[in-house]
Amino acid sequence: MMSLSSTQAKRIYSMMQFIRKTEEAIADNYSSGQMRCPTHLSIGQECVPAVLSEILTVNDLAVSTHRAHAHYLAKGGSLDAMVAEIYGKATGCSGGRGGSMHLIDESVGFMGSTAIVGNTIPIGVGLGLAKKIKSESGIAVVFLGDGAIEEGVFYESANFAALKKLPVLFVCENNLYSVYSSLKDRQPAGRKIHELAASIGLWTKQGNGNSVEEAYDVCLEAYKHVLSGLGAAFIELDTYRWREHCGPNYDNDIGYRSVAEYEQHRANDPIATFETQLIENKIISQVDCSDVVDEINHKVAQAFEKAKAAPFPDERSSYQHVYAQESV
Amino acid sequence: MSSNDMITYSQAINLAMHQAMELDPSVICYGLGVDDPKRIFGTTDNLIEKFGAERVFDMPTAENGMLGIGIGAAINGLKPVMVHQRMDFFLLAMDQLVNSAAKWNYMFNGQRSVPITIRLIVGRGWGQGPTHAQNLQAWFAHIPGLKVVMPTTPEEARGMLLQSIVDPNPVVFIEHRWLHGQTGIVRDTPTPIPIDKAVMRRSGTDISLVAMSYQVVEALRAASALEQQGISAEVIDLCSIRPIDWPTILQSVEKTGRILALDSGALTGSVSSEVVAKVSETCFSSLKSAPARMGLPDHPEPTSYGLTKDFYYGADKIAIKAHEMVLGECEAERYAGLAGTGHHDVPGDYFKGPF
Repeated sequence: MMSLSSTQAKRIYSMMQFIRKTEEAIADNYSSGQMRCPTHLSIGQECVPAVLSEILTVNDLAVSTHRAHAHYLAKGGSLDAMVAEIYGKATGCSGGRGGSMHLIDESVGFMGSTAIVGNTIPIGVGLGLAKKIKSESGIAVVFLGDGAIEEGVFYESANFAALKKLPVLFVCENNLYSVYSSLKDRQPAGRKIHELAASIGLWTKQGNGNSVEEAYDVCLEAYKHVLSGLGAAFIELDTYRWREHCGPNYDNDIGYRSVAEYEQHRANDPIATFETQLIENKIISQVDCSDVVDEINHKVAQAFEKAKAAPFPDERSSYQHVYAQESV
Repeated sequence: MSSNDMITYSQAINLAMHQAMELDPSVICYGLGVDDPKRIFGTTDNLIEKFGAERVFDMPTAENGMLGIGIGAAINGLKPVMVHQRMDFFLLAMDQLVNSAAKWNYMFNGQRSVPITIRLIVGRGWGQGPTHAQNLQAWFAHIPGLKVVMPTTPEEARGMLLQSIVDPNPVVFIEHRWLHGQTGIVRDTPTPIPIDKAVMRRSGTDISLVAMSYQVVEALRAASALEQQGISAEVIDLCSIRPIDWPTILQSVEKTGRILALDSGALTGSVSSEVVAKVSETCFSSLKSAPARMGLPDHPEPTSYGLTKDFYYGADKIAIKAHEMVLGECEAERYAGLAGTGHHDVPGDYFKGPF
């Protein structure tokens, strides 16, 4: 059916469900007012991170954006530490200092996500620069959205990555919106993001970011290109954000996009589409799917229990870590 | 170079760069012009020849992106030294400086710090004007997570640059272009100098002159002239702007009972304002006269030779102010000899640029 083995296909399916169920649990619990930080959900956009989880290794480093849960989890970041971080707890991956938008799990190569649009693009390129200078294996992955393309720092970073042929893969998930501003109000009609990237000197490829098969092929080809030392690459994968920019709700009623548009994209649910495909090809059964989801839900529920039970950080520690103490 | 040589400030910076890169292969040096014929006023001489193009490289004209790239490289094990020939261009990099470099260690709970050093050169004279001569140390000093230093002498420039590079935190290292030609004795061993200490340049009992960077040179000239008039001025060189070495300053003011804070930047919201505020809060009862500040006027620097004569203040104005604080009235002519007789827009006849 595809270039994926059934084991790989099942793992990608599980990862997509893992991301979605985690974020649905965040949405379900959010209104209780215990997750007191801005939270941006990737529901509807699970495919690209899940596909990359199958390709990237622990030697590959990644940075991400304000909408980072999916990237963090797909890179192998600790679920418990992420949920605890969103709850502002001492056991959080950033000790409660970062919240949803500042995730990190260096043990799996997830080097950080930050909240300013475009902010981690050069940082990811710098990770790649150090890899090249130190002759280190693996690549650096920069997750970004269509909005970040409009930041000057994207051009600056892409230019340098192309100039120095750095081991950097830019993964652009184009979900058509920057907060409530449509792509058509922000970028010229007819100009493609991946073509813009190509004109800077990056190797590029574009594809459907809600199709596991297509996204996998695009990601794998780009990954191999970068890993083989041929230089930096840029992939644009089309997808769609189901819920509001920031928060747990749907917002199709507030007027920036139509219900019809939403329904049209919702029909391209990457998880439902892939599930149907797997069942039709007898790679997985309906029962298997339910088992996968049950197991994930259990794990997620436990993470929330642990996060709720965990203590807040000691208030007296607020002055810690303004500066690192040890010489490097 | 033989032991304890008399060299210029820019040679001292160059010496520290050679020492740092020799000691540690993870140190890299980049910036617009680090390998061009002028070599950042000589401060990056022979680096590319000795350490190669992978560790010493010119960069695209992209200040923000290139700082972020340095931060990423620092996070992944390198110790970058980034150089800007003018501080003013570095303003393009505020997102990466303030939102990333300064906060990475804190917002990720101490898991990863950013050991990057950013060399910024402040211009002055020959019509540098509104956007080539700003002294913005107070901006940087406002940000928790940054360290900010402004060494005055060649020896401090050498030693503090070495320490800035091994410090695990981002350090903004500010050089004044008019200091590059100053000479002094430097150690030729790679001995670092702490980047959190002020230095008492001259001991005195009547008034504390607390200055930074090029204003220390002017303060020392003023102190010599004041001595002729029977006034004993103590001169404190801040060296470090964040953190400020409060014990050294407060101890000095407790002794002299007077403080005149001398800033190289615009007065409002300046580092000197902070010094005066802290002194007023901490040793108010020891003060024999109202604390005072001097700084640049609160307007952008104009370019014209005809408009800049009084933009900067030098030893003569410092001496008059200090004299008034200690003895009351002071006629303007008393320190007229301190005012330069040459062009006001160069540090001396020896200075022929580049600016």
